[in-house]
Amino acid sequence: MVLELQKPRPVWQIMFSTHHTDVGLLYLIMSIAFLFMGGALALLIRAELFFPGAQMIADSMTFNRIFTVHGTTLIFLFLLPSASAVGNYFVPIMVRYKDMAYPKLNAIAFWMIPPGGALIWLGFADFTWYATPPYSIISAPGPAADMWIFGLKILGISSVLGAINFIVTILKCKHPDMSIGQVPLLAWSFLSSSLIVLVAIPTFAAALLMLLTDRLGVTGFFNPAMGGDPIAYAHLFWFTFHPEVYVLVIPAIGMMYEIIPRFSRKPIFSKSSGIFAFVLLAIVSFSSWAHHMYATGMSFTEKTVFMIGTLAAVPASGMHVFNFVATMWNGRIKFLTPMMWSIGGIALFFSAGAGGVANAAMPLDFTTHDTYWVVGHFHLFVMGTIAFGTIGFIYYMFPYVTGRMYNENMGKIHFILSFIGTILVFFTQHVLGLYGMPRRIFDYPAIPEWVAMNQIATVGAMIIGVSMIIFLINLIHSSAKGKPADIHDPFGLGGKYYYPFESKNPHH
Amino acid sequence: MGGHSNWPEWIYVGVIIALMFWVGAEAWNVERLVEHVPADAEVIKVTGAQWFWTFEHEDGTKEVGTLHVEAGKAYKFEIYSTDVNHSFNIHDYVVLMDAVPGRVNTVWFAPDKAGEHDIQCREYCGLIHYNMRGKLVVEEPST
Repeated sequence: MVLELQKPRPVWQIMFSTHHTDVGLLYLIMSIAFLFMGGALALLIRAELFFPGAQMIADSMTFNRIFTVHGTTLIFLFLLPSASAVGNYFVPIMVRYKDMAYPKLNAIAFWMIPPGGALIWLGFADFTWYATPPYSIISAPGPAADMWIFGLKILGISSVLGAINFIVTILKCKHPDMSIGQVPLLAWSFLSSSLIVLVAIPTFAAALLMLLTDRLGVTGFFNPAMGGDPIAYAHLFWFTFHPEVYVLVIPAIGMMYEIIPRFSRKPIFSKSSGIFAFVLLAIVSFSSWAHHMYATGMSFTEKTVFMIGTLAAVPASGMHVFNFVATMWNGRIKFLTPMMWSIGGIALFFSAGAGGVANAAMPLDFTTHDTYWVVGHFHLFVMGTIAFGTIGFIYYMFPYVTGRMYNENMGKIHFILSFIGTILVFFTQHVLGLYGMPRRIFDYPAIPEWVAMNQIATVGAMIIGVSMIIFLINLIHSSAKGKPADIHDPFGLGGKYYYPFESKNPHH
Repeated sequence: MGGHSNWPEWIYVGVIIALMFWVGAEAWNVERLVEHVPADAEVIKVTGAQWFWTFEHEDGTKEVGTLHVEAGKAYKFEIYSTDVNHSFNIHDYVVLMDAVPGRVNTVWFAPDKAGEHDIQCREYCGLIHYNMRGKLVVEEPST
């Protein structure tokens, strides 16, 4: 099986290659595979919650394992690697270098992910993607929990290696004629998110080790019975994983910066404000981690500080939205599939951000915290913004990767169904949260509002499921039988706004 | 990049910052009022354990699963946990506070009308987390 159909090569040549587009292709295929695996788990969860009582899942332990692996898979094995796929393809080309700075390190970073993913899937832990102590220390069954810890450890190292590679490629390997301000926004987004990874991940790496030794009974960092404090874990975890949200969001926004000006056939409204907002987001991403912890018994002062830190991220996010709208303003917009996904992604980004402001306000957080509001809120980011941006970009790079065009009508149907489904699932979940339904529950009492809203959400999820099957068919069918793309201007936009397709680094 | 005028964006950013100031100030003020516990609040010890709630009143009465309080009085909950993290939640009264082993968290409320309300656990705590539920019964004042 060979996907780069213009010059077919045996699959092992791609697998053992260190060339950036080959590694990018591996990242892409693997992340799409995990998208479907994690998505299947989501459909199981939604099907189970269609009615109160046990439906298809036998017991709550299985249910808990399913949502744990669902979250872990889609964050670490779909969102992160799919961003790396795009970065691998385009960052070296955008900084006009022949490859990533460290090609072998790049391949190693990729090949760490399948074993990490295998550990998570073979273990199937049950302690949520947050690995909540002291539950994860004293109650969670092994070896699933230990496998999850080792899996995450491997994935964490992989993303640090990837981040080092992106930073060095952009800062040190860019063409000497190119100033840092001339580096395109997509590459800037990888620079910003990689810097966040370097600062954020080590904290969680330490916390994972501490969790493991706690489970072994050697230490008691997070175990109150041995003098530890579970809240310490919460700080370490969120110090990594609130910034991690921005690690995921920033490349997705970078992808929209690539798509929107081209399909509007206008230059970006203000590139400098885009760069400024990326850097600002990278900095303020570290000022808000404890807004996940208002209800753990924090003092009023602590809560106030983290509320301010959270609200500080809003202007920078708003600048991106402004930039997108101002770029589209008076543009000759061509509504092809990648553009539709980007516009949908911006709309949902705005909604997610507005909901986030409500969460950040201390008194309101006590209504929404740990309810389905939160589930709806962060899914609007991870699905509505990040996955939308990424899927749009997958359509956009499809001709570049395969030399063929995807089916435009199927792409549009995919978008429309996904957009409707996303709104049905996640807007409804916000309201469900206001009615008080907690997250992470296998079964719920038959309160009429809860039942109705769970059913709407399940219908929405099934619509997304159908749209994703259309996506898969489109990808497979079009990469084998799609009509050959005009590689200089596959979307018929006029060459001026279309440069990445012009250059391709030769294999070495 | 370039020297073109960007004033609409600065106005827009200014409006967002002003809005955020307003949200922050309002939230700060409301939270400050909400956290002020009345001096005459009766203390109820709430203990979360996998997977049920127990309550101990000031006079030593203990209850399991169902909590009886009187309308018109203020109550301060002291929240304990014996095993893993839980979160004590009476959604109708916006009472939410984590039960963290090794810590004592407090939260207060003052029920205004007689009635029944759900108590639930809102922090993942394992196998029967979904059914770690209780009842709050608010009774008419006795005196």
